Amino acid sequence: MNPFSSGTRLRDMIRAIRACKTAAEERAVIRKECASIRASVSDNDNEYRHRNLAKLMFIHMLGYPTHFGQMECLKLIAAPGFPEKRIGYLGLMLLLDERQEVLMLVTNSLKQDLNHANQYIVGLALCALGNICSAEMARDLAPEVERLLQFRDPNIRKKAALCSIRIVKKVPDLAENFVNPVVSLLKEKHHGVLLTGIQLCIELCNHSEEALEYFRKKCTEGLVKVLKDVVNSSYAPEYDISGIADPFLHIRLLRLLRVLGHGDADASDSMNDILAQVATKTESNKNAGNAILYECVETIMSIEDISGLRVLAINILGRFLSNRDNNIRYVALNMLMKAVSVDDQAVQRHRTTILECVKDSDASIRKRALELIYLLVNESNVKALTKELIDYLQVSDQDFKGDLTAKICSIVEKLSPDKIWYIDQMLKVLSEAGNHVKDEVWHALIVVITNASNLHGYTVRSLYKAIQKSADQETLVRVAVWCIGEYGDMLVNNIGMLNLEDPITVTENDAVDVVEIAIKRHSSDLTTRAMCLIALLKLSSRFPSCSQRIKDIVTQSKGSLLLELQQRSIEFDSIIEKHQNIRSALVERMPVLDEATFSGRKAGSILAATVSTSLNYVNGVATSAAAPLVDLLDLGADEPAAAAPTFSGGNFLQDLLDVGTSPFPSQSGTTQAQKNGTDVLLDLLSIGSPPPENSSSAPDILSLSQDNKISVSPLDSLSSATRPSVQASSTAMMDLLDGFGPSPPPTKDNGPAYPPIVAFESSSLRLMFNFSKQPGNPQVTEIEANFTNKSSDVYTNFIFQAAVPKFLQLHLEPASSNTLPGNGNESITQKLRVTNSQHGKKSMVMRIRISYKLYNKDVLEEGQISNFPRDL
Amino acid sequence: MGIRFILMVNKQGQTRLAQYFEYLTLEERRTLEGEIVRKCLARNEQQCSFVEHRTYKIVYRRYASLFFLVGVDNEENELAILEFIHLLVETMDRHFGNVCELDIMFHLEKAHFMLEEMVMNGCIVETSKANILAPIQLMDKTS
Repeated sequence: MNPFSSGTRLRDMIRAIRACKTAAEERAVIRKECASIRASVSDNDNEYRHRNLAKLMFIHMLGYPTHFGQMECLKLIAAPGFPEKRIGYLGLMLLLDERQEVLMLVTNSLKQDLNHANQYIVGLALCALGNICSAEMARDLAPEVERLLQFRDPNIRKKAALCSIRIVKKVPDLAENFVNPVVSLLKEKHHGVLLTGIQLCIELCNHSEEALEYFRKKCTEGLVKVLKDVVNSSYAPEYDISGIADPFLHIRLLRLLRVLGHGDADASDSMNDILAQVATKTESNKNAGNAILYECVETIMSIEDISGLRVLAINILGRFLSNRDNNIRYVALNMLMKAVSVDDQAVQRHRTTILECVKDSDASIRKRALELIYLLVNESNVKALTKELIDYLQVSDQDFKGDLTAKICSIVEKLSPDKIWYIDQMLKVLSEAGNHVKDEVWHALIVVITNASNLHGYTVRSLYKAIQKSADQETLVRVAVWCIGEYGDMLVNNIGMLNLEDPITVTENDAVDVVEIAIKRHSSDLTTRAMCLIALLKLSSRFPSCSQRIKDIVTQSKGSLLLELQQRSIEFDSIIEKHQNIRSALVERMPVLDEATFSGRKAGSILAATVSTSLNYVNGVATSAAAPLVDLLDLGADEPAAAAPTFSGGNFLQDLLDVGTSPFPSQSGTTQAQKNGTDVLLDLLSIGSPPPENSSSAPDILSLSQDNKISVSPLDSLSSATRPSVQASSTAMMDLLDGFGPSPPPTKDNGPAYPPIVAFESSSLRLMFNFSKQPGNPQVTEIEANFTNKSSDVYTNFIFQAAVPKFLQLHLEPASSNTLPGNGNESITQKLRVTNSQHGKKSMVMRIRISYKLYNKDVLEEGQISNFPRDL
Repeated sequence: MGIRFILMVNKQGQTRLAQYFEYLTLEERRTLEGEIVRKCLARNEQQCSFVEHRTYKIVYRRYASLFFLVGVDNEENELAILEFIHLLVETMDRHFGNVCELDIMFHLEKAHFMLEEMVMNGCIVETSKANILAPIQLMDKTS
């Protein structure tokens, strides 16, 4: 025989393992043992089989793989002796589970054992079956188990009952067979059988409605009587636990009564007395008593309303709450959460105690108490509660702060009575725990701030004070920087003072200081610094005296390694330096963000590319479109990402297409809202880039537009909703990556030739399109548009815009000029590129709008072009 | 339903007895045990005995050097489970006489037998110590 054979007894192996000092040693010992066990398995050794199995179980418990021992279990089960069978079944239950196919082999042994003469062996088999049987095994052996439910020995009966639970779970069809035997089980005297019978009954009730009805009718009184007996029973040493006879049985009975009484008034009535008796008579100085009371309260809460009982229950819970034992308090808090839905008033009475629990030293209790408070808060007590919670926020520990902050923020958001209180509370939360505040929360805060126009001054001053004290909270810094940028003039000039404020003197330099500190702090992340840059741009316009200083600060970021910061600083620097004339227009006050659509957007999509900017404004487009255009002023003004002006172009286009002006002034404009009622022609983002302003700085602005085009559109489309995006791009480009610089000169030839068309003709204007396609790219068409003036007047500020349906993508180049001399002396050319994603299936259509000034009067012409060549 | 698993772990975190009533792979078991044990061992005397972990609760109690952890569904009565743990300890005490961790380790199969008599498929079967210990004593007598 192998010298390292399984001669070692279990305890020696355990001793050896315990003696190991390191994990590697332990692994070595186990490997050796496993090897010897494997050897003896393949030797088919009878003597030491049970010992091997015991060792295997220990090894399995330690977490090592032991599947080579599974066949051993089977052999042991098949052995005639009781000890072997015992170990075999134990091994079966530990080492195998219902998913293994080896289990099927056991079915036959189980069947034989279920019919064995020795009742203990029957018990073993039932136990094993009850723990790990699979659905097929359950089906096979169900009749045996049913028979055993009426066996003479109560031990077998109880095991059979529990086994049936598993069978019912695995094979729900067989449930009907068990309904009848259960009734007799419930009349048993033996506590074990009663206990298991009750559990089987609960399972059946959960499983089917008819079973529930049946039990309700037949068994409710019987059960009430049983419970009465148990409650009133005299001292029984067997089942006694700290003075109460069999609390487990109490609890199970109460649970079954709960299931039966739920939703049914008659059953609840019959339970009335006994529940009251249990609730009042049970001693609560021991844990067992408390356990029973707890179950009783749960039952009272779930059955139909009997007001006297409910009051009793809540009183018990109140007593629990003031108990010193943490366990009891935890249980009470748990129960109260369910009670809140039933009876809010009663729970409100205990509010102060619950508040105390929020501050408890025990983490579980704190969590429960916080959730309970969250359920209890309503308009009348929100102010007091929030004050308490915020006070506690200052002293709570880190992992709890996250939860607490989230709850406070949602309470404040849902139930704030007025805006100023909301802003106050949010500021406090941000100063304390800004780092735990989620992005949506401070976005929402900013939306509210913009909506509360009378509070702008107050807000920015409070923020200024707050940031002096707690500059390490990132979110606070962001919000403060944004507000200072927006409302810096209010800060400095003490505009909009409320009565309760003290005046503070803040100079322009102080304001710039704050932003400078924020941008220079090394713990600020990308978002904060980006927001600082935008704020500096705004301040440079609002505080012209500090312009040079601001320029210096901005210049410092030019060499930043982060692309976003570098880009922004370069652009802003050039704006500050070269484009003072448009700077103020760029950074005008932000329009009010519409809260309703903001919250709608919040649930919605990520912001896409941005839209026409101040250049539109500057170009003085036709007044009918002026209203939506006011929204386009968020160029340069930074804003929380969610309220991006992406689709204000949609507003613009609504007018273009005469679909009616959109009701809200803001740029929220979810595309869905816009698209309702319009048809296909609503590709919002393909507004053509208007030609640059015809001033002397035309080339500069062209370069600016190029810059801005490059600037953020690709990044914006790629950025997530949480990054504030600079709406500084000048054009709305769907083909984002074409936005870089002037497009390559169109290759006119090498494609199928298409005849030029007269796209649009009116009494004063003619528009011709020339087409070309590049080879190998049939979907993309280059169009050269020629505008000719048929009248004798000069048209100035000539702008051409076009819209295409969704399956097309349009890209407009800047026009050659925007002055159109009369009589067709010269023409303006503009290049377009159209990509047809449905090339070959649908032909192109386009709606255009041309606006120009005639003797300083605005003229607008619109039309639709549908005479494109097919298969373009 | 009811009880999902029963663990006995010593203060160093070594598992002394593990009985699972739902299927978990070995890897899952080890991670689960590691997580739970770390949470429970870190708590002190004053804190309450119920810990919430993922979708279920852990009821635990410390007896000398051994932690008894029972994982239960959220709907279960926690105080009753505490009583159950105490009943388990008392039963083992009656059988082994002044039971200690080593007793459980060296007579692991007996501890398992006892547990099986008390809990089956996640439900409590028997709560009378005499009834629980009868088959085991019988087996000891015959073997």
